[in-house]
Amino acid sequence: MPPVIQVSRIRKTYGPTVAVDEISFEVNDGEIFGLIGPNGAGKTTTMECIEGLRTPDRGTVSVLGLDPFRDVYKLQERIGVQLQQAQLQKRIKVWESVDLWASLYRRDAIDGERLLEQLGLIDKRNAWFMTLSGGQKQRLFIALALINDPALVFLDELTTGLDPQARRAIWDLVRGIRERGKTVFLTTHLMEEAERLCDRVAIIEHGRIIDIDSPESLVRRYCPERTVVLATNNGSAAKHFRTIPRVEAIACTGSQVTIRGSGDDLVTEVIHCLSENRIRVTDFRTILPNLEDVFLKLTGHSIRD
Amino acid sequence: MLRGLWKLTWIEIKIFMREPLGAIGTIGIPVLVFLVAGRMIGRRATLTSPAASRFIGVGLPVLASVLILVGAVLSLITIISIYREGGILKRLRATPLRPHTILTAHVIVKLALSAATLVLMVAAGKRYYPVGIHAPLLGFTMALLISICSILSIGFLIASLVPTARFAQPIGAVIMYPMIAVSGLFVPVESLPRAAQAVAKVLPLTYAVSLLEGIWKGDAWWAHARDVTALAVAFIVCTALSAKVFRWE
Repeated sequence: MPPVIQVSRIRKTYGPTVAVDEISFEVNDGEIFGLIGPNGAGKTTTMECIEGLRTPDRGTVSVLGLDPFRDVYKLQERIGVQLQQAQLQKRIKVWESVDLWASLYRRDAIDGERLLEQLGLIDKRNAWFMTLSGGQKQRLFIALALINDPALVFLDELTTGLDPQARRAIWDLVRGIRERGKTVFLTTHLMEEAERLCDRVAIIEHGRIIDIDSPESLVRRYCPERTVVLATNNGSAAKHFRTIPRVEAIACTGSQVTIRGSGDDLVTEVIHCLSENRIRVTDFRTILPNLEDVFLKLTGHSIRD
Repeated sequence: MLRGLWKLTWIEIKIFMREPLGAIGTIGIPVLVFLVAGRMIGRRATLTSPAASRFIGVGLPVLASVLILVGAVLSLITIISIYREGGILKRLRATPLRPHTILTAHVIVKLALSAATLVLMVAAGKRYYPVGIHAPLLGFTMALLISICSILSIGFLIASLVPTARFAQPIGAVIMYPMIAVSGLFVPVESLPRAAQAVAKVLPLTYAVSLLEGIWKGDAWWAHARDVTALAVAFIVCTALSAKVFRWE
């Protein structure tokens, strides 16, 4: 199976600003691929170049075997798009927008009513767009992105501005899209979202891709640090922990001991040490690095800065 | 090619009617003003003064048409800029909808609403303005259609250039209302100051007024070839320019 999206060395500038600088990557069939990075990193510009809404200054893009610039209408028949910060007409009704979208595609649209039902919008079918909540609007945009039964779905900052509960509901919907056999290309600046949803992510900053891999592999590669925090009354515990290989630091505050080290084996070694020396603990937890830490390590600053 | 045009047009008409002042503002109020004015001056004026009679016979229908037309253009400019600012145009463009289909739908909505207003006015006017209609209605409709397409294209050019929705209405008004002032609608172009005459000569609305008045009075089309040509040139120039400078976001 050839890649669904092939991006090769695209570059896009706005005046003196380089928004996207020689970006290349591929998205495979059936995966959720995330472009992650802070606001202004070039995520949306990259996505819109792939959707055919913008033309890069240089480089080539191939989507479902089509050139998004020459075959934009052919491509739009086969993709579903959710844009960042898009709106609909204030007083359009939910069912009217679904009905309109369904009529725009050459191929038979899927059943709009069922789609509204699956997305939990059926009660709102007669509501005006302006009366919907943020989460309902995003669910409607997902419905519109799915109405033509596309092979590839683009989601740009889908959950920005939503409360945690609405965000979780949307994540389930996105996983549902993948389960229907579709490929999902999304952008997000939320590391938790990327970690929970994406099969692979590309980390982008200042218009350049820093690395591409699955979230787990990125964490393993860049952040081998492991931390174990436990509570014990055993005064000689720290002495025993020092003998564990690859332990780098031990800190004791009261009964709490924090053990820092690296490597996947660290946690096992600590547990082994506890049982061998019959050290009783009243608390035990591990702190594992995540994508947020990877980002910090790769760019030298937090994604929120 | 025009896939979705009728559905989009119909939805846009419904949406417009749901606006707080949509139907009342564009159709109700003009017809109401027309009726009130008719009650007050209609019968009396035609009987006493030949100038007033001439105004009601020819001036009034053309005045009403041009004002409705300008109202439609201003509304178009506002809607396009609101849609652009809200990302609605961009969202529509990310579908197989062609750009010209989206714009055509809005023009049809404006045409339909203008036509509805005019038909209601004619129906209401019959009662209060005893002059009656001796004008060639079919020809006048044609003239109106030519004028509206030409003036709407100016509206599109303005809509392409205004930076934000907040500026759309005032900028539109600043451009459109002086056009009316020198168009010959209130004062014949020949009796304007020389400078104003020169301005009037390059503004398409002047030719629209001349065409509408002439056709209403029963002039032959060939007598207004110059007006039709001027309107066509304005249409082509404005459409071509706005195709170049139109921004979707």
